[in-house]
Amino acid sequence: MAYKTFTRAALVAGLAVGAAFSATAAEEKPKMMMGADAAMLANSCTGCHGTDGNSLGPAAPSIAGLSPTYFEETMVGFASGEIPSTIMNRIAKGYTEDEIKAMAKHYAGKPFVKATQSFDADLAAKGAKLHDKYCEKCHAEGGQSPEDDAGVLAGQWTPYVNWTLADYKAGDREATKKMKKKLSEMLEREGSDGVMALLNYYASQQK
Amino acid sequence: MKITRRGFIQTAGAATAAGMIGVPYIALGASKKVVVVGGGTAGATAAKYIRLADPTTDVTLIEANSNYYTCYMSNEVLGGDRSMDDIKFGYSGLGKHGVKVVHAKVTGIDAKARVVKTSDGSSYSYDRCVVAPGIDFQWDKIEGYDAKVAEKIPHAWKAGPQTALLRNQLEAMKDGGVVVIAAPPNPFRCPPGPYERASQIAMYLKAHKPKSKVLIFDAKPKFSKQGLFVGAWKKMYGYQSDNAMIEWHGQQEEAGVVKVNAASNSIVTAFGDEIKADVLNVIPAQKAGAIAFAAGLTNDGGWCPVDLGTFESKIHPNIHVLGDASIATGMPKSGYSANSQAKVCAAAIVAMMNGQEPGTPSYVNTCYSIAGKDYAFSVAAVYRLTEDRSKIASVSGGLTPGDASPEVFKREVAYAYSWYNNITHDIFG
Repeated sequence: MAYKTFTRAALVAGLAVGAAFSATAAEEKPKMMMGADAAMLANSCTGCHGTDGNSLGPAAPSIAGLSPTYFEETMVGFASGEIPSTIMNRIAKGYTEDEIKAMAKHYAGKPFVKATQSFDADLAAKGAKLHDKYCEKCHAEGGQSPEDDAGVLAGQWTPYVNWTLADYKAGDREATKKMKKKLSEMLEREGSDGVMALLNYYASQQK
Repeated sequence: MKITRRGFIQTAGAATAAGMIGVPYIALGASKKVVVVGGGTAGATAAKYIRLADPTTDVTLIEANSNYYTCYMSNEVLGGDRSMDDIKFGYSGLGKHGVKVVHAKVTGIDAKARVVKTSDGSSYSYDRCVVAPGIDFQWDKIEGYDAKVAEKIPHAWKAGPQTALLRNQLEAMKDGGVVVIAAPPNPFRCPPGPYERASQIAMYLKAHKPKSKVLIFDAKPKFSKQGLFVGAWKKMYGYQSDNAMIEWHGQQEEAGVVKVNAASNSIVTAFGDEIKADVLNVIPAQKAGAIAFAAGLTNDGGWCPVDLGTFESKIHPNIHVLGDASIATGMPKSGYSANSQAKVCAAAIVAMMNGQEPGTPSYVNTCYSIAGKDYAFSVAAVYRLTEDRSKIASVSGGLTPGDASPEVFKREVAYAYSWYNNITHDIFG
């Protein structure tokens, strides 16, 4: 499923990436030196996402320890505009598919360090139950596993998880069929209190 | 591994076959000594990343001050959202990476002998030197304004005591006062900086001294992120209305400041208008930091020409110039540019010192401006080196869309703060 999504998105982004390069080429036709290695490419992420991909917050997400497929899908989605963002749409277009793959592999090999942030213990307890019911099937181990190419939720910075959920909720970001179903079920029954509880649960996981 | 004569010949042969340049002199047991002059964003990043890439390299960083105040986010000190301590960084983090930090003033560099000299009479020999001196000012461009006058009328374009002085003056100013900012001509450190500064000061005045105004006098007919700043100023500070808290005077070249009258705290524009200020902030024209001149690394324009892939000086081999002082054609003089270029340079230095050809570079810049409460925007770009090495060309990027939703401008504030936390840790941590 995840792989399929990537191939589809990759086709779209392939066009977008190509367009970005050819637009520059039409202007002055400079030939670029391509083929930077993974470390060089990955070094350009750390100013915003933290050294080795672990962000010090308060909002920019950590990108260490993600599944490579999830990393690639997300970058390709940014480049095509399919995934909304503030700034990543502008940045993701600057890398070829092979470069994105190299960065994905590089960061997958770095351990994810859970964020230290405040949370409400009661809400977190409620969130744990909601997570088990609606999210655990794909976001395994309480949302900390990158298995099944799911995004890492446990210990991720709260504003980022919150805004990403808001984008899904508003329909600005396309969820998988399964997630769409589970998220709307959760929202129907629990409303925004449910979102708050989940956010506190993910923030509470710090070890 | 013990290097035998036979082993060495094999290694050398393999290296040549792989298209590497020269003999891998490391195999002979030669030292790999790097001296970094200047512990700002570029210098500290280079020192740390050389050690990260090759812990066998001996790296000494020489910096006059025991702390560094970042210029980026210093406008938030003026606006009141940040303290001086929030923009202050020490060097213990670099020590943990094995960088030897020396607090001394560099007086000269002997490029032939490969020696850096300091004011206490010490000498530091190097195989490769990194010079990251930041900026200095062209004091002769504005009549009546020099380093001495700047002790009372701050430029606050090198963060530190100058920032604190300007903040104190803003706090002491009466309601209904006039703040005048003299914006510098191109090229200068942090192109959107003067306009973010006007925004931050206006934010402070709106909350505490609402009858006051900020006037910008500019020799430039346009400026960085202009559309986004004008949009923000209209939304928050009544720009172009009768109650405008910010005025930008710059459409005509004559709006540039040519004279400062310190006695009356006023400026004179090229057109001849004299404007009296309650608080005056003069940001002069800029050039590379003093040590770049002392070491003979500058061109006629006062900046340092470098190879854009390695940042090695085009004047003196084995010396690399980084940060705002270098001519990084195609990239703006920003904190993130300095950090990114320093990593490209560090990788090149490590490769060259290990007898390899430098790899292909990739660069990035993201620059946030916080124009008011819950209101920030950015310019970002990914860059590659052109094959003829004449330009660091952007391959993607752009500005926050002018018609972005309030939610986007708000999120960009949180991302701006994240950028600050992460990049300062990436540099000094």
